[in-house]
Amino acid sequence: MPVSTSSSRVVYDALKGTGVRLISALPETWLVHLIRMAEDDPEMTLVRLAKEEEGVGISTGAHLAGVKSAMLMQNHGFLASINGIVSCAQLYRIPLLMVISHRGGFGERDPWQTEGGGVTEELLRALRIPYECLDDSSRVAGRVAHAQTLAYSSLKPVALLLTRELMWEDPS
Amino acid sequence: MTRADALRAIYPAIADRPVVTIMGAVAAELQAIGHRPNFFYLQHAMGLASSMGLGIALSRPELRVVVFDGDGSVLMNLGGLTTLARYRPRNLVHVVFDNESLLSVGGFPTATSTGSDLAGMAAAAGVPRTATVRTIDEFAREFAAADAARDLTTIVAKVDAVGPSGYVTGLALLENRFQFQRYLTDRR
Repeated sequence: MPVSTSSSRVVYDALKGTGVRLISALPETWLVHLIRMAEDDPEMTLVRLAKEEEGVGISTGAHLAGVKSAMLMQNHGFLASINGIVSCAQLYRIPLLMVISHRGGFGERDPWQTEGGGVTEELLRALRIPYECLDDSSRVAGRVAHAQTLAYSSLKPVALLLTRELMWEDPS
Repeated sequence: MTRADALRAIYPAIADRPVVTIMGAVAAELQAIGHRPNFFYLQHAMGLASSMGLGIALSRPELRVVVFDGDGSVLMNLGGLTTLARYRPRNLVHVVFDNESLLSVGGFPTATSTGSDLAGMAAAAGVPRTATVRTIDEFAREFAAADAARDLTTIVAKVDAVGPSGYVTGLALLENRFQFQRYLTDRR
């Protein structure tokens, strides 16, 4: 599976570097290495979800209890979480760090992923959730740290989109 | 059994517990009995109160967390029961007040009115201790037993479909949020 192990490591280390100690996740192809890294790290609490919206509640509880967390999900998981994001994280001013694999853009071969890719950024903008794309591994650590800083200063959700350029190593 | 009477019966036992409630009647009634800084009322996001309780319980194993859920809310996040059971926080008691209706939005019946068994679903999801109770005495006894057992417990309390006349209280949502966070911070 040509998901980049090295980029996954860079993203994982960046999350951990900002103090993240709890990760909630629902597996998807681009996230496999990240989830394994969380699973293998004795300092990380990994919560495997049935549906992504649960992660909003878990991160809210963790934040109020003093633990930094992140949600790992596909953009369709973000779509499935929107009520929780609005009526829990935004309503209660929770610094929610969402790391979202941005499937369905140029280069997408899976037909079933192609609708979500086109609406993800529009929805983030509509929800006024600040976001940036992670497309260059040399800039990941800085962007993750900046996202976390804004989440905590504004007490609001922020999103980082994992792009194909970062996460996928085409064998061709 | 009314929910308000059930809450009154265990009120002394939750005096020093982080408590997360759902919106609507539970939140209003608990506040009417007496708000405390360790009570948080999730006034929307139906279904996520138990997920929030899980987040607190996993983050702070030394605290003993109580969640007051409802049938309508649990039905919106049935998968959450499997996540709760999977991580089995031994410091969490999950109470579900089941009035078999969506009381605050017109009293329309939920699926528990036609036989869906939430304690059965919790048990099937893997929650190690479950009970369904119908009287105040049974409820108080099961709550105390859950506390003593120190294991994840879901108690479904069958309650009358009656509630307060209104749901908006004098406690602002963000005031409650920051006060609750400060309580958890100060308990470190």
